[in-house]
Amino acid sequence: MAAFFDALQSIVPIALFYSAPLIFTALGGVFSERSGVVNIGLEGLMVIGAFSGIVFNLTFEDTLGSVTPWISILVAMVVGAIFSLIHAVAAVSFRADQVVSGVAINFLALGLGVFLTKQWYGKGQTDMVDKPFYSTDIPVLSDIPILGPLFFDGIFVTSYVAIAFAFLAWFILYKTPFGLRLRSVGEHPMAADTNGINVNRMRYIAVMISGALGGLGGAVFALTIAYNFSQATIVGQGFMSLAAVIFGKWHPLGAMGAALFFGFAQSLSVVGSGIPLLENVPAVYLTIAPYVLTILALAGFIGRAEAPKANGQPYVKGSR
Amino acid sequence: MFSNKTFNIVVPVVSVLLGLLAGAIIMLVFGYNPIQGYIALWNGAFGSSYFFGETIRQVTPYILTGLSIAFAFRTGLFNIGAEGQVIVGWLAAVWVGAAFDAPMIIHLPLALIAAALAGAIWGFVPGILKAKLGVHEVIITIMMNYIALHISNAMIREVLTDSGDSTEPIKESASLASNWLMEMTGYSRMHFGIIVALLAAFFVWFLLEKTTRGYELRSVGFNKHASEYAGMNVGGNIILAMVISGGVAGLAGAMEGLGTFGYMPTHSAFTNLGFDGIAVALLGGNNAFGVIIAAFLFGVLKIGSLNMPTAAEVPSELVEIVIALIIFFVASSYIIRWAILKLKKEGK
Repeated sequence: MAAFFDALQSIVPIALFYSAPLIFTALGGVFSERSGVVNIGLEGLMVIGAFSGIVFNLTFEDTLGSVTPWISILVAMVVGAIFSLIHAVAAVSFRADQVVSGVAINFLALGLGVFLTKQWYGKGQTDMVDKPFYSTDIPVLSDIPILGPLFFDGIFVTSYVAIAFAFLAWFILYKTPFGLRLRSVGEHPMAADTNGINVNRMRYIAVMISGALGGLGGAVFALTIAYNFSQATIVGQGFMSLAAVIFGKWHPLGAMGAALFFGFAQSLSVVGSGIPLLENVPAVYLTIAPYVLTILALAGFIGRAEAPKANGQPYVKGSR
Repeated sequence: MFSNKTFNIVVPVVSVLLGLLAGAIIMLVFGYNPIQGYIALWNGAFGSSYFFGETIRQVTPYILTGLSIAFAFRTGLFNIGAEGQVIVGWLAAVWVGAAFDAPMIIHLPLALIAAALAGAIWGFVPGILKAKLGVHEVIITIMMNYIALHISNAMIREVLTDSGDSTEPIKESASLASNWLMEMTGYSRMHFGIIVALLAAFFVWFLLEKTTRGYELRSVGFNKHASEYAGMNVGGNIILAMVISGGVAGLAGAMEGLGTFGYMPTHSAFTNLGFDGIAVALLGGNNAFGVIIAAFLFGVLKIGSLNMPTAAEVPSELVEIVIALIIFFVASSYIIRWAILKLKKEGK
């Protein structure tokens, strides 16, 4: 029992730590896809978020002091939202194939990020930031027996912000008129249009929310895990988030659950060798576990998922 | 006046021009001379027989990954998994190339077949899941990419070597490399794979356009329900399409394993051949001939860009931005069509 508890105690904080960026980004994906715009570009949005978060942090660490990481992630959100406009223009106004324009976003973000890094820092990667997020013990709560060490000891506050955001997203999407409009645009754009909802404007807003959250996810990843920006900072976390969106059945809390699960799976591959039960399992099985499980989940072993009906289709006024 | 066929040529050409123009503007903004930049790019691709050989070497796998993705597109599927299929194909080719001894006439085809087979298996999984369970192939192929990357690294470290970072070199009898081609191109790494790539392009064109099976594959991609009604086996055709697409991408891996490198290193990140193949397929209008031209263009851009930092001090990543913008413009072809028609009208 004690060994099991020790194992949990080494896994849970790391799982939460790896999950946070995925939760933010997956929530972004939920907003975009709920409005009917497929967003394969989440990976690129994370890249831009990581890049702008790191650059801002490095540039302003002396002037802003201890609030630097917080301002950095806010800046990354703004930059992410602006960058996602490119996807919105292509997918909504130019009626581009949304998967293809998402692919273009991924290429563009990485090209731009590395180009500007070389331009401004003269090398392929930035310096390490001096002001990242640090893990903290949460006062009072960390003194609770059993739960305290598990959830509140050496934890990144960003993990809790991520979970709070998931509930906020659920509230916005399911309890507000705005959320209802956004979802209706993704299910039946023509009916929404007939009811006086501006379909294209709604989709622009949804894509920009996904840009802000994707940027946030990327910046949180960069400032809690990577500490710098290079070509190899964001490698697949955006795609994992996209999987979390689908795994979580396009529901904010489902996406959060899936992201937590992926974080858990990733933490197993990080700490697995130290856990008695897992130490003999070859590392590669733990590494590929999240991907294999995603496939199994999608293949229906965890229940069928129903995508928003109009997902991926440009809306052309007057067409049926 | 402007038929669909004309648009299919005009849109990619306009997209490339817009992409290059945007690249020039970026160079201007950052204080570089775009003319010098593009001259450096041109010289980096064509400046000597060595550069030209390297360009062809890069074009070779691009043709194959582009074909793979174009083939899937034509049958209504989006194969983002070419990347993983390249990796398993590379591994299979190198494994057969290094582990066996046989005369070249048997060994080389065997290694190529192994690569195609490995890629085909990697395409079969998303194919059967799509056909039988209706799971979207995009997300499955993305997951299969990561599985391929991690498994092949583990195979190289644990099975093929004793925790080494790359496999044994392949035997001479499985190699696509040729001294003749290398000498002719100033000792570039150009190899006979280009012939394999061109044959594959012919195969894809012939299969899709000239055979009943190809007609069925396209028909299923165009309208599943109508095809079903017409008595076609929709599921079977989806699986076959993914298997062929995967097999062709697997061959692209063989080009790297048997031609360019002659071994396989462990990869810390993706090769990007599969992802670049998406760009090639889109720009090539998803047809075999277009793919060859698009692969050539991207090969020129990629290899040429390597000369840009030394000759014009422009970071080579500029070309990545140009390629991204070209995809963006191709994807947004609706607006290009609209603009051309508008210009046409005002001209009258």
